[in-house]
Amino acid sequence: MTEKSVGAVRPKTFTIDSLKLVSGKYLKPVTQCYETYGTLNKDKTNAILVAHAFSGDAHAAGYYEGDKNPGWWDSLIGPGKALDTDKYYVICANVIGGCKGSTGPSSVNPSTGRPYALEFPSITIEDMVNAQERLIDHLGIAKLLCVVGGSMGGMQVLQWVASFPDKIQSAIPIATALKHSPQQIAFDEVGRQAVMSDTAWNYGNYYDKTEKPERGLAVARMIGHITYMSDKSMEDKFSRRLKEKNGDFKFTADFEVEGYLRYRGDSFVKRFDANSYLYITKAMDYFDLSGDKLIPRGRNIKTRFLVIAFKSDWLYPSYQSQDIVRQLKIRDVDATYCEISSDYGHDAFILEVEEETHLIKHFLDKSYHNNNETKTYEI
Amino acid sequence: MKYDDIRIDYRIILDVIPTGAKALDLGCGNGDLCCLLAKEKGVKVQGIELNEQSIYSCVAKGVSVFHSDIDSGLPEYPNQSFDYVILNESLQEAKKVEYVLQEAMRVGKNVIIGFPNFAYITARAQLFFKGRSPVTPSLPYRWYNSPNLHFLSIKDFEDFCRKKSLAITGKYFLGRNRRIRVLPNLFAESAIFVVTK
Repeated sequence: MTEKSVGAVRPKTFTIDSLKLVSGKYLKPVTQCYETYGTLNKDKTNAILVAHAFSGDAHAAGYYEGDKNPGWWDSLIGPGKALDTDKYYVICANVIGGCKGSTGPSSVNPSTGRPYALEFPSITIEDMVNAQERLIDHLGIAKLLCVVGGSMGGMQVLQWVASFPDKIQSAIPIATALKHSPQQIAFDEVGRQAVMSDTAWNYGNYYDKTEKPERGLAVARMIGHITYMSDKSMEDKFSRRLKEKNGDFKFTADFEVEGYLRYRGDSFVKRFDANSYLYITKAMDYFDLSGDKLIPRGRNIKTRFLVIAFKSDWLYPSYQSQDIVRQLKIRDVDATYCEISSDYGHDAFILEVEEETHLIKHFLDKSYHNNNETKTYEI
Repeated sequence: MKYDDIRIDYRIILDVIPTGAKALDLGCGNGDLCCLLAKEKGVKVQGIELNEQSIYSCVAKGVSVFHSDIDSGLPEYPNQSFDYVILNESLQEAKKVEYVLQEAMRVGKNVIIGFPNFAYITARAQLFFKGRSPVTPSLPYRWYNSPNLHFLSIKDFEDFCRKKSLAITGKYFLGRNRRIRVLPNLFAESAIFVVTK
Protein backbone atom coordinates (compact mmCIF):
# COMPACT_ATOMS: atom_id res chain seq x y z
CA MET A 1 0.00 0.00 0.00
CA THR A 2 1.52 3.24 -1.06
CA GLU A 3 0.58 6.39 0.74
CA LYS A 4 1.05 9.45 -1.31
CA SER A 5 -0.23 12.95 -1.26
CA VAL A 6 -3.04 14.19 -3.45
CA GLY A 7 -0.40 16.65 -4.69
CA ALA A 8 -1.05 20.18 -5.85
CA VAL A 9 -4.54 21.46 -5.15
CA ARG A 10 -6.45 24.64 -5.73
CA PRO A 11 -9.50 25.99 -3.97
CA LYS A 12 -12.68 26.55 -5.94
CA THR A 13 -15.68 28.70 -5.16
CA PHE A 14 -19.41 28.22 -5.51
CA THR A 15 -21.82 31.10 -5.11
CA ILE A 16 -25.58 31.04 -4.58
CA ASP A 17 -27.81 34.10 -4.75
CA SER A 18 -29.20 33.71 -1.27
CA LEU A 19 -29.60 31.38 1.67
CA LYS A 20 -32.44 31.54 4.15
CA LEU A 21 -30.95 31.31 7.63
CA VAL A 22 -32.46 29.60 10.65
CA SER A 23 -33.01 33.08 12.11
CA GLY A 24 -35.34 33.86 9.21
CA LYS A 25 -32.94 36.37 7.70
CA TYR A 26 -31.43 35.96 4.26
CA LEU A 27 -27.76 35.98 3.50
CA LYS A 28 -27.10 37.04 -0.06
CA PRO A 29 -25.08 36.20 -1.94
CA VAL A 30 -23.33 33.23 -0.32
CA THR A 31 -19.96 32.05 -1.53
CA GLN A 32 -18.40 28.81 -0.37
CA CYS A 33 -14.75 28.05 -0.87
CA TYR A 34 -14.15 24.33 -1.33
CA GLU A 35 -11.63 21.75 -2.49
CA THR A 36 -12.09 18.29 -3.94
CA TYR A 37 -9.74 15.33 -4.13
CA GLY A 38 -10.14 12.15 -6.16
CA THR A 39 -12.70 11.52 -8.88
CA LEU A 40 -16.46 11.30 -8.68
CA ASN A 41 -17.54 7.95 -10.11
CA LYS A 42 -20.12 7.54 -12.83
CA ASP A 43 -22.96 6.70 -10.45
CA LYS A 44 -21.87 9.45 -8.04
CA THR A 45 -21.87 7.07 -5.11
CA ASN A 46 -18.34 7.63 -3.82
CA ALA A 47 -18.54 11.17 -2.47
CA ILE A 48 -17.41 11.95 1.07
CA LEU A 49 -17.88 15.35 2.70
CA VAL A 50 -15.25 16.34 5.25
CA ALA A 51 -16.47 18.96 7.73
CA HIS A 52 -13.73 21.04 9.29
CA ALA A 53 -13.28 22.05 12.91
CA PHE A 54 -13.58 25.55 14.38
CA SER A 55 -10.42 27.10 12.94
CA GLY A 56 -10.10 24.81 9.92
CA ASP A 57 -10.74 25.59 6.30
CA ALA A 58 -11.39 24.01 2.91
CA HIS A 59 -7.74 23.08 2.51
CA ALA A 60 -7.91 19.58 4.01
CA ALA A 61 -5.31 17.81 1.87
CA GLY A 62 -2.54 18.33 -0.65
CA TYR A 63 -0.38 21.37 -1.22
CA TYR A 64 -0.95 24.86 -2.51
CA GLU A 65 1.65 25.94 -5.00
CA GLY A 66 4.80 27.07 -3.21
CA ASP A 67 3.51 25.98 0.20
CA LYS A 68 5.56 23.57 2.31
CA ASN A 69 2.70 22.57 4.59
CA PRO A 70 -0.11 20.29 3.44
CA GLY A 71 -3.82 20.65 4.28
CA TRP A 72 -5.00 20.11 7.85
CA TRP A 73 -6.08 16.43 7.46
CA ASP A 74 -3.54 15.37 4.85
CA SER A 75 -2.57 12.40 7.02
CA LEU A 76 -6.02 10.91 6.48
CA ILE A 77 -6.88 12.05 2.96
CA GLY A 78 -4.97 10.77 -0.07
CA PRO A 79 -4.18 7.70 -2.16
CA GLY A 80 -4.23 4.61 0.10
CA LYS A 81 -5.13 6.64 3.17
CA ALA A 82 -8.24 6.44 5.39
CA LEU A 83 -10.20 8.58 2.93
CA ASP A 84 -8.66 6.86 -0.07
CA THR A 85 -8.73 9.27 -3.00
CA ASP A 86 -8.13 6.36 -5.40
CA LYS A 87 -11.61 5.18 -4.44
CA TYR A 88 -13.48 8.16 -3.09
CA TYR A 89 -14.28 11.69 -4.13
CA VAL A 90 -13.55 13.88 -1.10
CA ILE A 91 -15.02 17.35 -0.66
CA CYS A 92 -14.20 19.92 2.00
CA ALA A 93 -15.76 23.40 2.19
CA ASN A 94 -15.02 26.36 4.44
CA VAL A 95 -18.03 27.02 6.68
CA ILE A 96 -20.13 30.12 6.17
CA GLY A 97 -19.29 32.67 8.83
CA GLY A 98 -15.66 31.71 8.32
CA CYS A 99 -12.83 33.77 6.90
CA LYS A 100 -11.08 31.42 4.49
CA GLY A 101 -12.92 32.13 1.26
CA SER A 102 -16.53 31.55 2.31
CA THR A 103 -18.93 34.38 3.11
CA GLY A 104 -18.44 35.65 6.65
CA PRO A 105 -18.27 38.85 8.70
CA SER A 106 -15.12 39.96 6.85
CA SER A 107 -16.88 39.68 3.46
CA VAL A 108 -18.21 42.78 1.76
CA ASN A 109 -21.85 43.51 2.51
CA PRO A 110 -23.33 44.26 -0.93
CA SER A 111 -25.83 46.73 0.53
CA THR A 112 -23.12 48.95 2.07
CA GLY A 113 -20.02 48.14 0.04
CA ARG A 114 -18.09 47.64 3.31
CA PRO A 115 -17.27 44.49 5.27
CA TYR A 116 -20.26 43.18 7.23
CA ALA A 117 -18.50 43.22 10.62
CA LEU A 118 -21.30 42.92 13.23
CA GLU A 119 -23.98 43.51 10.60
CA PHE A 120 -23.35 39.94 9.56
CA PRO A 121 -26.41 37.92 10.60
CA SER A 122 -26.04 35.32 13.34
CA ILE A 123 -25.41 31.90 11.89
CA THR A 124 -25.83 28.37 13.23
CA ILE A 125 -24.30 24.97 12.54
CA GLU A 126 -27.57 24.20 10.73
CA ASP A 127 -26.98 27.17 8.40
CA MET A 128 -23.48 25.90 7.64
CA VAL A 129 -24.90 22.49 6.75
CA ASN A 130 -27.72 23.97 4.66
CA ALA A 131 -25.09 25.80 2.64
CA GLN A 132 -23.07 22.59 2.23
CA GLU A 133 -26.18 20.78 1.02
CA ARG A 134 -26.52 23.37 -1.76
CA LEU A 135 -22.89 22.76 -2.73
CA ILE A 136 -23.36 18.98 -2.81
CA ASP A 137 -26.46 19.47 -4.96
CA HIS A 138 -24.45 21.72 -7.28
CA LEU A 139 -21.86 18.96 -7.65
CA GLY A 140 -24.66 16.63 -8.80
CA ILE A 141 -24.48 14.33 -5.79
CA ALA A 142 -27.84 13.00 -4.61
CA LYS A 143 -26.46 11.00 -1.70
CA LEU A 144 -23.14 11.23 0.11
CA LEU A 145 -21.33 8.01 0.96
CA CYS A 146 -20.23 9.63 4.20
CA VAL A 147 -19.96 12.87 6.15
CA VAL A 148 -16.99 12.92 8.50
CA GLY A 149 -15.53 15.49 10.85
CA GLY A 150 -14.05 16.15 14.27
CA SER A 151 -14.99 18.65 16.96
CA MET A 152 -17.14 21.35 15.29
CA GLY A 153 -16.85 19.19 12.15
CA GLY A 154 -18.55 16.44 14.16
CA MET A 155 -21.39 18.82 14.99
CA GLN A 156 -21.90 19.37 11.26
CA VAL A 157 -21.94 15.59 10.76
CA LEU A 158 -24.69 15.29 13.38
CA GLN A 159 -26.57 18.20 11.80
CA TRP A 160 -26.46 16.42 8.44
CA VAL A 161 -28.08 13.41 10.13
CA ALA A 162 -30.79 15.59 11.66
CA SER A 163 -31.44 17.68 8.53
CA PHE A 164 -30.79 15.34 5.61
CA PRO A 165 -30.87 11.72 6.83
CA ASP A 166 -31.80 10.44 3.38
CA LYS A 167 -28.82 12.12 1.78
CA ILE A 168 -26.09 10.42 3.78
CA GLN A 169 -25.27 6.75 3.79
CA SER A 170 -22.91 6.89 6.75
CA ALA A 171 -21.71 9.33 9.37
CA ILE A 172 -18.47 9.62 11.34
CA PRO A 173 -18.69 12.15 14.19
CA ILE A 174 -15.33 12.39 15.98
CA ALA A 175 -14.54 13.96 19.37
CA THR A 176 -17.77 15.92 19.37
CA ALA A 177 -21.01 16.49 21.26
CA LEU A 178 -24.76 16.80 20.78
CA LYS A 179 -24.51 20.10 22.65
CA HIS A 180 -21.90 22.17 24.43
CA SER A 181 -21.69 21.76 28.19
CA PRO A 182 -21.53 24.90 30.38
CA GLN A 183 -17.78 24.29 30.63
CA GLN A 184 -17.38 24.40 26.86
CA ILE A 185 -19.54 27.52 26.60
CA ALA A 186 -17.47 29.07 29.39
CA PHE A 187 -14.19 28.54 27.53
CA ASP A 188 -15.72 30.00 24.37
CA GLU A 189 -16.95 33.00 26.33
CA VAL A 190 -13.51 33.67 27.80
CA GLY A 191 -12.15 33.58 24.24
CA ARG A 192 -14.80 36.01 23.04
CA GLN A 193 -14.18 38.33 25.99
CA ALA A 194 -10.46 38.31 25.17
CA VAL A 195 -11.27 39.46 21.62
CA MET A 196 -13.84 42.05 22.63
CA SER A 197 -11.72 43.54 25.41
CA ASP A 198 -9.04 44.43 22.88
CA THR A 199 -9.71 48.12 22.15
CA ALA A 200 -8.64 47.55 18.55
CA TRP A 201 -11.68 45.28 18.15
CA ASN A 202 -13.75 48.51 18.12
CA TYR A 203 -17.15 46.75 18.17
CA GLY A 204 -16.17 44.74 15.15
CA ASN A 205 -15.14 47.70 13.00
CA TYR A 206 -11.46 47.24 12.40
CA TYR A 207 -11.23 46.09 8.78
CA ASP A 208 -10.15 49.53 7.49
CA LYS A 209 -7.92 50.28 10.50
CA THR A 210 -4.20 49.67 10.63
CA GLU A 211 -4.48 48.23 14.12
CA LYS A 212 -6.39 44.95 14.35
CA PRO A 213 -7.55 43.18 17.55
CA GLU A 214 -4.57 40.86 17.34
CA ARG A 215 -3.71 40.77 21.05
CA GLY A 216 -7.21 39.76 22.03
CA LEU A 217 -7.49 37.14 19.32
CA ALA A 218 -4.06 35.73 20.20
CA VAL A 219 -5.01 35.37 23.88
CA ALA A 220 -8.27 33.67 22.85
CA ARG A 221 -6.27 31.21 20.78
CA MET A 222 -3.84 30.56 23.63
CA ILE A 223 -6.75 29.54 25.87
CA GLY A 224 -8.04 27.37 23.05
CA HIS A 225 -4.75 25.54 22.71
CA ILE A 226 -4.66 24.75 26.42
CA THR A 227 -8.05 23.06 26.08
CA TYR A 228 -6.92 21.09 23.02
CA MET A 229 -4.04 19.45 24.87
CA SER A 230 -3.99 17.21 27.92
CA ASP A 231 -2.02 17.51 31.14
CA LYS A 232 0.03 14.52 29.99
CA SER A 233 0.68 15.79 26.46
CA MET A 234 1.84 19.16 27.83
CA GLU A 235 4.15 17.38 30.26
CA ASP A 236 5.54 15.27 27.42
CA LYS A 237 5.91 18.19 25.05
CA PHE A 238 7.21 20.92 27.37
CA SER A 239 7.54 19.72 30.93
CA ARG A 240 8.92 22.71 32.91
CA ARG A 241 11.74 23.28 30.46
CA LEU A 242 12.95 26.85 30.11
CA LYS A 243 13.54 28.47 26.75
CA GLU A 244 16.81 29.91 27.95
CA LYS A 245 18.88 28.79 30.90
CA ASN A 246 18.58 31.98 32.93
CA GLY A 247 14.91 32.51 33.51
CA ASP A 248 15.18 36.10 34.74
CA PHE A 249 11.61 36.68 35.89
CA LYS A 250 10.76 39.59 33.64
CA PHE A 251 7.46 38.13 32.47
CA THR A 252 8.90 37.13 29.16
CA ALA A 253 8.14 33.68 27.78
CA ASP A 254 10.54 31.85 30.10
CA PHE A 255 8.99 28.41 29.92
CA GLU A 256 8.73 26.49 26.67
CA VAL A 257 5.00 26.13 27.14
CA GLU A 258 4.67 29.91 27.28
CA GLY A 259 6.68 30.29 24.09
CA TYR A 260 4.55 27.68 22.38
CA LEU A 261 1.28 29.37 23.33
CA ARG A 262 2.56 32.78 22.26
CA TYR A 263 3.75 31.36 18.95
CA ARG A 264 0.38 29.66 18.39
CA GLY A 265 -1.50 32.82 19.30
CA ASP A 266 0.64 35.04 17.07
CA SER A 267 0.44 32.73 14.05
CA PHE A 268 -3.35 32.36 14.47
CA VAL A 269 -4.02 36.09 14.10
CA LYS A 270 -2.31 36.04 10.70
CA ARG A 271 -4.85 33.56 9.36
CA PHE A 272 -8.04 34.19 11.28
CA ASP A 273 -10.60 36.96 11.56
CA ALA A 274 -11.61 38.12 15.06
CA ASN A 275 -15.28 38.56 14.14
CA SER A 276 -15.40 35.07 12.61
CA TYR A 277 -14.06 33.86 15.96
CA LEU A 278 -17.06 35.43 17.71
CA TYR A 279 -19.67 34.22 15.22
CA ILE A 280 -18.46 30.65 14.91
CA THR A 281 -17.97 30.06 18.65
CA LYS A 282 -21.54 31.29 19.19
CA ALA A 283 -22.76 28.89 16.51
CA MET A 284 -21.12 26.05 18.43
CA ASP A 285 -22.54 27.18 21.78
CA TYR A 286 -26.09 27.33 20.43
CA PHE A 287 -25.81 23.94 18.72
CA ASP A 288 -28.11 21.46 20.46
CA LEU A 289 -29.25 18.15 18.99
CA SER A 290 -29.68 16.45 22.35
CA GLY A 291 -32.58 14.12 23.09
CA ASP A 292 -34.99 13.54 20.22
CA LYS A 293 -33.55 16.32 18.11
CA LEU A 294 -30.87 14.18 16.46
CA ILE A 295 -33.35 11.60 15.19
CA PRO A 296 -36.98 12.58 15.79
CA ARG A 297 -39.19 9.93 17.36
CA GLY A 298 -40.70 7.61 14.80
CA ARG A 299 -38.18 8.40 12.11
CA ASN A 300 -36.37 5.36 10.83
CA ILE A 301 -32.90 6.15 9.55
CA LYS A 302 -30.64 3.89 7.54
CA THR A 303 -27.44 5.88 8.07
CA ARG A 304 -24.60 3.81 9.57
CA PHE A 305 -22.50 5.43 12.29
CA LEU A 306 -18.92 5.32 13.46
CA VAL A 307 -18.54 7.39 16.63
CA ILE A 308 -15.00 8.05 17.85
CA ALA A 309 -13.83 9.63 21.13
CA PHE A 310 -10.43 9.97 22.79
CA LYS A 311 -9.69 9.03 26.37
CA SER A 312 -7.66 12.11 27.31
CA ASP A 313 -9.97 14.60 25.56
CA TRP A 314 -11.33 16.74 28.38
CA LEU A 315 -12.74 19.47 26.13
CA TYR A 316 -15.10 17.02 24.41
CA PRO A 317 -15.05 14.20 26.96
CA SER A 318 -16.02 10.70 25.86
CA TYR A 319 -19.28 10.83 27.84
CA GLN A 320 -20.50 13.29 25.21
CA SER A 321 -19.79 10.78 22.44
CA GLN A 322 -21.52 8.15 24.56
CA ASP A 323 -24.56 10.44 24.65
CA ILE A 324 -24.62 10.26 20.86
CA VAL A 325 -24.31 6.47 21.02
CA ARG A 326 -27.17 6.35 23.54
CA GLN A 327 -29.47 8.12 21.09
CA LEU A 328 -28.42 5.71 18.33
CA LYS A 329 -29.16 2.69 20.54
CA ILE A 330 -32.60 4.03 21.44
CA ARG A 331 -33.34 4.53 17.74
CA ASP A 332 -31.92 1.12 16.79
CA VAL A 333 -29.35 2.62 14.42
CA ASP A 334 -26.47 0.51 13.10
CA ALA A 335 -23.46 1.97 14.90
CA THR A 336 -19.93 1.42 16.11
CA TYR A 337 -18.32 3.33 18.96
CA CYS A 338 -14.65 3.38 19.86
CA GLU A 339 -12.87 5.33 22.58
CA ILE A 340 -9.26 5.48 21.43
CA SER A 341 -6.70 5.56 24.22
CA SER A 342 -4.60 8.60 23.47
CA ASP A 343 -2.62 11.14 25.50
CA TYR A 344 -3.10 13.98 23.03
CA GLY A 345 -6.34 15.39 24.43
CA HIS A 346 -8.74 16.98 21.95
CA ASP A 347 -5.91 17.37 19.43
CA ALA A 348 -5.97 13.57 19.08
CA PHE A 349 -8.48 13.71 16.25
CA ILE A 350 -5.76 15.29 14.12
CA LEU A 351 -2.87 13.29 15.58
CA GLU A 352 -4.02 9.70 16.19
CA VAL A 353 -3.63 8.82 12.54
CA GLU A 354 -3.04 5.08 12.78
CA GLU A 355 -6.09 4.15 14.88
CA GLU A 356 -8.41 6.53 13.08
CA THR A 357 -7.20 5.25 9.72
CA HIS A 358 -7.91 1.64 10.69
CA LEU A 359 -11.42 2.41 11.93
CA ILE A 360 -12.43 4.80 9.15
CA LYS A 361 -10.94 2.75 6.31
CA HIS A 362 -12.74 -0.48 7.24
CA PHE A 363 -15.94 1.31 8.13
CA LEU A 364 -16.02 3.08 4.76
CA ASP A 365 -15.11 -0.15 2.99
CA LYS A 366 -18.27 -1.74 4.32
CA SER A 367 -20.45 1.26 3.48
CA TYR A 368 -18.99 1.38 -0.01
CA HIS A 369 -19.36 -2.35 -0.60
CA ASN A 370 -22.91 -2.36 0.74
CA ASN A 371 -23.66 -0.45 -2.45
CA ASN A 372 -22.42 -3.29 -4.58
CA GLU A 373 -22.30 -6.65 -2.86
CA THR A 374 -21.81 -8.21 0.53
CA LYS A 375 -18.12 -8.57 1.14
CA THR A 376 -16.95 -11.90 2.47
CA TYR A 377 -14.62 -11.77 5.43
CA GLU A 378 -12.03 -14.33 6.31
CA ILE A 379 -11.93 -15.26 9.96
CA MET B 1 -14.39 -21.47 6.13
CA LYS B 2 -15.92 -24.97 6.25
CA TYR B 3 -18.61 -25.61 8.85
CA ASP B 4 -16.51 -28.30 10.55
CA ASP B 5 -13.61 -25.90 11.01
CA ILE B 6 -15.72 -23.49 13.03
CA ARG B 7 -15.25 -23.56 16.80
CA ILE B 8 -17.78 -25.93 18.33
CA ASP B 9 -19.36 -23.32 20.60
CA TYR B 10 -19.84 -21.02 17.60
CA ARG B 11 -21.38 -23.91 15.64
CA ILE B 12 -23.93 -24.51 18.36
CA ILE B 13 -24.83 -20.83 18.63
CA LEU B 14 -25.11 -20.66 14.84
CA ASP B 15 -27.55 -23.58 14.95
CA VAL B 16 -29.58 -22.11 17.81
CA ILE B 17 -30.18 -18.66 16.32
CA PRO B 18 -32.64 -18.67 13.42
CA THR B 19 -31.92 -16.94 10.12
CA GLY B 20 -32.60 -13.22 10.09
CA ALA B 21 -32.92 -12.88 13.86
CA LYS B 22 -31.77 -9.83 15.78
CA ALA B 23 -28.99 -10.45 18.28
CA LEU B 24 -26.81 -8.65 20.80
CA ASP B 25 -23.44 -10.17 21.64
CA LEU B 26 -22.25 -9.02 25.08
CA GLY B 27 -18.49 -9.33 25.29
CA CYS B 28 -18.13 -10.11 21.60
CA GLY B 29 -14.31 -10.22 21.65
CA ASN B 30 -12.70 -10.00 18.23
CA GLY B 31 -16.07 -10.26 16.48
CA ASP B 32 -15.65 -13.72 14.93
CA LEU B 33 -19.01 -14.98 16.19
CA CYS B 34 -20.85 -11.79 15.14
CA CYS B 35 -19.25 -12.02 11.72
CA LEU B 36 -20.28 -15.68 11.33
CA LEU B 37 -23.84 -14.97 12.44
CA ALA B 38 -24.16 -12.12 9.96
CA LYS B 39 -22.59 -14.04 7.10
CA GLU B 40 -24.02 -17.51 7.59
CA LYS B 41 -27.46 -16.72 8.97
CA GLY B 42 -28.14 -13.13 8.00
CA VAL B 43 -28.45 -12.25 11.69
CA LYS B 44 -28.62 -8.53 12.44
CA VAL B 45 -26.06 -8.50 15.20
CA GLN B 46 -24.58 -5.79 17.40
CA GLY B 47 -21.55 -6.39 19.59
CA ILE B 48 -20.47 -4.82 22.87
CA GLU B 49 -16.84 -5.16 23.89
CA LEU B 50 -14.54 -3.53 26.44
CA ASN B 51 -11.12 -4.30 24.95
CA GLU B 52 -9.93 -1.58 22.55
CA GLN B 53 -7.81 -3.88 20.37
CA SER B 54 -10.81 -6.18 19.96
CA ILE B 55 -12.83 -3.21 18.71
CA TYR B 56 -10.30 -2.76 15.89
CA SER B 57 -10.63 -6.46 14.96
CA CYS B 58 -14.43 -6.17 14.93
CA VAL B 59 -14.36 -3.11 12.69
CA ALA B 60 -11.96 -4.84 10.30
CA LYS B 61 -14.54 -7.64 9.95
CA GLY B 62 -17.39 -5.22 9.36
CA VAL B 63 -18.94 -5.95 12.75
CA SER B 64 -20.84 -3.11 14.42
CA VAL B 65 -19.60 -2.84 17.99
CA PHE B 66 -19.87 -0.55 20.98
CA HIS B 67 -16.81 0.08 23.12
CA SER B 68 -18.27 -0.41 26.58
CA ASP B 69 -18.35 -2.68 29.60
CA ILE B 70 -21.36 -4.92 30.13
CA ASP B 71 -21.59 -4.34 33.89
CA SER B 72 -23.24 -0.95 33.46
CA GLY B 73 -26.24 -2.64 31.90
CA LEU B 74 -28.25 -1.89 28.80
CA PRO B 75 -30.46 1.02 29.90
CA GLU B 76 -31.04 2.42 26.40
CA TYR B 77 -32.51 -0.76 25.00
CA PRO B 78 -36.25 -1.28 25.32
CA ASN B 79 -37.59 -4.54 26.76
CA GLN B 80 -37.42 -7.55 24.44
CA SER B 81 -35.69 -5.60 21.69
CA PHE B 82 -33.50 -8.54 20.64
CA ASP B 83 -34.45 -12.08 19.69
CA TYR B 84 -31.25 -13.33 21.26
CA VAL B 85 -28.72 -11.90 23.69
CA ILE B 86 -25.42 -13.79 23.70
CA LEU B 87 -23.11 -14.06 26.70
CA ASN B 88 -20.52 -16.47 25.38
CA GLU B 89 -17.54 -16.85 27.72
CA SER B 90 -18.24 -13.41 29.16
CA LEU B 91 -20.67 -13.80 32.06
CA GLN B 92 -18.02 -15.29 34.32
CA GLU B 93 -15.88 -12.19 33.66
CA ALA B 94 -18.64 -9.72 34.62
CA LYS B 95 -18.50 -8.05 38.01
CA LYS B 96 -22.24 -8.02 38.53
CA VAL B 97 -23.40 -11.37 37.20
CA GLU B 98 -26.98 -11.16 38.44
CA TYR B 99 -27.49 -7.66 37.12
CA VAL B 100 -25.93 -8.43 33.73
CA LEU B 101 -28.11 -11.50 33.35
CA GLN B 102 -31.19 -9.63 34.50
CA GLU B 103 -30.53 -6.94 31.87
CA ALA B 104 -29.87 -9.58 29.20
CA MET B 105 -33.18 -11.27 30.09
CA ARG B 106 -34.97 -7.93 29.92
CA VAL B 107 -33.77 -6.85 26.46
CA GLY B 108 -33.64 -10.33 24.94
CA LYS B 109 -36.43 -12.81 24.30
CA ASN B 110 -33.82 -15.56 24.67
CA VAL B 111 -30.40 -15.52 26.27
CA ILE B 112 -27.52 -17.78 25.29
CA ILE B 113 -24.92 -18.29 28.00
CA GLY B 114 -21.66 -20.14 27.42
CA PHE B 115 -19.20 -20.72 30.27
CA PRO B 116 -16.29 -22.97 31.28
CA ASN B 117 -17.25 -25.83 33.60
CA PHE B 118 -15.25 -25.62 36.80
CA ALA B 119 -16.29 -29.15 37.78
CA TYR B 120 -14.64 -30.69 34.71
CA ILE B 121 -12.78 -33.87 35.70
CA THR B 122 -9.29 -32.48 34.99
CA ALA B 123 -10.02 -29.42 37.09
CA ARG B 124 -11.27 -31.59 39.91
CA ALA B 125 -8.19 -33.82 39.69
CA GLN B 126 -5.77 -30.90 39.72
CA LEU B 127 -7.44 -29.42 42.76
CA PHE B 128 -7.81 -32.76 44.56
CA PHE B 129 -4.54 -34.53 43.77
CA LYS B 130 -2.17 -31.61 43.14
CA GLY B 131 -3.84 -29.15 45.49
CA ARG B 132 -3.51 -26.37 42.92
CA SER B 133 -5.91 -24.10 41.07
CA PRO B 134 -6.93 -25.86 37.87
CA VAL B 135 -5.59 -24.96 34.43
CA THR B 136 -7.62 -26.66 31.69
CA PRO B 137 -8.33 -25.99 28.00
CA SER B 138 -11.48 -24.07 28.94
CA LEU B 139 -9.85 -22.47 31.98
CA PRO B 140 -6.43 -21.76 30.48
CA TYR B 141 -5.32 -19.00 32.85
CA ARG B 142 -3.23 -18.98 36.00
CA TRP B 143 -4.79 -17.66 39.18
CA TYR B 144 -2.87 -14.40 38.81
CA ASN B 145 -3.76 -13.56 35.22
CA SER B 146 -7.26 -14.93 34.82
CA PRO B 147 -9.98 -12.59 33.55
CA ASN B 148 -12.51 -14.91 35.17
CA LEU B 149 -14.06 -13.51 38.31
CA HIS B 150 -16.56 -16.31 38.90
CA PHE B 151 -16.07 -20.05 38.82
CA LEU B 152 -19.15 -22.14 38.29
CA SER B 153 -20.10 -25.65 37.34
CA ILE B 154 -22.94 -26.88 35.16
CA LYS B 155 -24.87 -27.87 38.28
CA ASP B 156 -24.27 -24.44 39.80
CA PHE B 157 -25.79 -22.80 36.76
CA GLU B 158 -28.80 -25.11 36.73
CA ASP B 159 -29.38 -24.33 40.42
CA PHE B 160 -29.11 -20.64 39.61
CA CYS B 161 -31.71 -20.89 36.83
CA ARG B 162 -34.07 -22.72 39.19
CA LYS B 163 -33.62 -20.07 41.86
CA LYS B 164 -34.20 -17.24 39.38
CA SER B 165 -37.11 -19.07 37.71
CA LEU B 166 -35.43 -19.07 34.30
CA ALA B 167 -36.66 -21.67 31.86
CA ILE B 168 -33.86 -23.63 30.20
CA THR B 169 -34.88 -24.24 26.61
CA GLY B 170 -31.61 -25.74 25.42
CA LYS B 171 -28.40 -27.08 26.90
CA TYR B 172 -25.25 -28.20 25.14
CA PHE B 173 -22.22 -29.73 26.82
CA LEU B 174 -18.90 -29.50 25.09
CA GLY B 175 -15.60 -31.31 25.09
CA ARG B 176 -12.77 -30.54 22.76
CA ASN B 177 -14.52 -30.17 19.43
CA ARG B 178 -17.30 -32.63 20.33
CA ARG B 179 -20.52 -32.84 22.27
CA ILE B 180 -20.61 -34.57 25.67
CA ARG B 181 -23.73 -36.62 26.47
CA VAL B 182 -22.75 -38.60 29.59
CA LEU B 183 -22.24 -37.05 33.04
CA PRO B 184 -21.74 -33.57 31.65
CA ASN B 185 -20.84 -31.94 34.96
CA LEU B 186 -17.88 -34.29 35.13
CA PHE B 187 -16.88 -34.65 31.48
CA ALA B 188 -17.80 -31.35 29.79
CA GLU B 189 -15.15 -28.63 29.57
CA SER B 190 -17.79 -26.01 28.92
CA ALA B 191 -21.52 -25.59 28.50
CA ILE B 192 -23.95 -23.49 26.52
CA PHE B 193 -27.43 -22.82 27.89
CA VAL B 194 -30.35 -21.18 26.19
CA VAL B 195 -32.68 -19.61 28.73
CA THR B 196 -35.88 -17.65 28.61
CA LYS B 197 -38.30 -16.27 31.17
